[in-house]
Amino acid sequence: MSTVASPARPASSGVSARTINRIVIYGLLALFAIFYLMPLFVMLVTSFKTMDEIQNGNMLALPQSPTIAPWFKAWGETCVGLTCAGIKGYFWNSIKMVVPAVLISTLLGALNGYVLTKWRFRGHTLVFAMMLFACFIPFQSVLLPMATILGSIGRFGVTLQNLTGFNFGLGNSTVNLVFVHVVYGLGFTTLFFRNYYEAFPTELVKAAQVDGASFFQIFRRIMLPNSMPIFVVTVIYQFTNIWNDFLFASAYAGTGDVMPMTVALNNVVNTSTGVVEYNVNMAAAMIAALPTLIVYVVAGRYFVRGLMAGAVKG
Amino acid sequence: MAFLEIDGLKKRFGSVEILKGINVELEKGGFLVLVGPSGCGKSTLLNTIAGLEQITEGEIRVDGRAINDLHPSKRDIAMVFQSYALYPNMTVAGNIAFGMEMRGVPAAERQAAIDKVAKILQIGHLLNRKPSQLSGGQRQRVAMGRALVRDPKLFLFDEPLSNLDAKLRVDMRIEIKRLHATTGTTIVYVTHDQIEAMTLATKIAVMRDGEVQQFGTPAEIYNNPTNIFVADFMGSPAMNLIPAKIDGNGAGLSVVLDRESRQPIVLPMPGAPAGLSAFKDKQVIFGVRPEALTDPEGAERNGSAIATADCHIEVVEPAGSDTFAVTNLGGKGVVARLRADARIQPGTSTPLAFNLSKAVFFDPATEKRIL
Repeated sequence: MSTVASPARPASSGVSARTINRIVIYGLLALFAIFYLMPLFVMLVTSFKTMDEIQNGNMLALPQSPTIAPWFKAWGETCVGLTCAGIKGYFWNSIKMVVPAVLISTLLGALNGYVLTKWRFRGHTLVFAMMLFACFIPFQSVLLPMATILGSIGRFGVTLQNLTGFNFGLGNSTVNLVFVHVVYGLGFTTLFFRNYYEAFPTELVKAAQVDGASFFQIFRRIMLPNSMPIFVVTVIYQFTNIWNDFLFASAYAGTGDVMPMTVALNNVVNTSTGVVEYNVNMAAAMIAALPTLIVYVVAGRYFVRGLMAGAVKG
Repeated sequence: MAFLEIDGLKKRFGSVEILKGINVELEKGGFLVLVGPSGCGKSTLLNTIAGLEQITEGEIRVDGRAINDLHPSKRDIAMVFQSYALYPNMTVAGNIAFGMEMRGVPAAERQAAIDKVAKILQIGHLLNRKPSQLSGGQRQRVAMGRALVRDPKLFLFDEPLSNLDAKLRVDMRIEIKRLHATTGTTIVYVTHDQIEAMTLATKIAVMRDGEVQQFGTPAEIYNNPTNIFVADFMGSPAMNLIPAKIDGNGAGLSVVLDRESRQPIVLPMPGAPAGLSAFKDKQVIFGVRPEALTDPEGAERNGSAIATADCHIEVVEPAGSDTFAVTNLGGKGVVARLRADARIQPGTSTPLAFNLSKAVFFDPATEKRIL
């Protein structure tokens, strides 16, 4: 900028001004990065320390005698409430809830987006606006009505159990959570896919119609294979949200063996008996955060690849 | 009975009438081009034939069978889209075979059909590529291959060449014409390019505002336009449409063309048809194509009615094969088409020959043809 303002000056001063600019920019970026990464660093180093070291040492210091015992303890032995079998069961609870909830809400969102852009019907904008509205509903406000609905579904499950001897999973806490997350995720997934499909060439759909493909064949063979970027975005978004959700989890599956990871972690940390095992708590928290991290790293790669494929499609 | 018959077709979106009663028919093996400016309804008409748009009124028959209530895949048609609409996730072979796959054709039969089409279009070496790895011309071929492989009763082309560069467009135009000649299929083709229309069609329907302005062979459309719109739209450079007056002085009628600050040009019309005398002493639009306005040596020798007049040349455009000269008649720039070696200088007066047997007259009020 200074070279533009005073073109008479020698070029070297312009270069040095630019260098200073760079230093300031990167310095600030580094500062913020450190600020954000600090808690993660503390968690990570604490999880590898012994209790003695934690009680006597500096919070930021690297572990003197690194140990992975806290991780094993968190996974298999630590007490969640009154049961002391580690967090592994709750980890699988979360997986069993998150995977179906993410897949169902993403596929339904894709289907909604497909209909709202390529099979338009009278009033489609109104339907879309109402689905968008779901994105703005504060979840606290739906806790009680949803509890009532889940109660009804549970009673229906009992009726089915009496009639057929099988309750089809109705009333099961994990199924309940999947249902809740699918319902409240639909607004977002529909928004993502609808906007993506809005720019998706309609001629492809027409060509497939002329080729004799049915509604679902077009969806499966034409739309979905060409939706990789938005699919990955939606999966990352939904996975992170549902995995990290604490409100619905504690409200509808807050006790016993059915707790998801987030609730279990809370119970680990809140245990009031004996010494607080910070290293185990930190290891448990790291384990709880790991899946979202993995999803970012693995899916993020496909995300970039998807973007590249779109760029040269022409 | 014609092969493709479109009978009183109307299409409304809400209260807006997009197609206002279309009547067109095409013989088997014919090549119908729907041409017109954007928004004239030509693509909508094609989509209704394809079944991608529902019609409000009328009937579409192919080979005597009404198809307007059938699903697109049941109409025995194939369509080539403007953007080619190749499925990006499938290979070229997958794209070509997709329709057959949907209809449950066995794999061996599909492979045979792919090979046959690949041979016709010379795309055998591309079969395992994805559309993103193809050039524009190759994509165009694949799109045609996807249509050809169905062996349908009717081919529909929606502005298939408009995404190609000028040279490739000419090549593919010839390719399509050759394909039509060798396979003998019936084609309906939409374009806004009147040269494509003239070169490809056996029948042209010139459309504007949801109505067919004129329907006929390319020669009919070119030589005998029914109104000013058709005359102006077809032909490049466009037909000269000059405001003129019909004068009657004893012996016969003559056409008077005003000129700024010069004597008007008077062109005698000895064998003038009877219809024109009704416009005696009235304003008409005198239409003459550039090739009917030329240097006297280049004028058609056996033209029955050639009139020569000195014209002031304003601009000369040598185009290589021809030389175009622009003069001013009736307040409008008028283009004359001369031989390439015509000795002509801008800013001078030169005799130009009007081939009056090729001239047409329009009523300025109704814009319709007088004769």
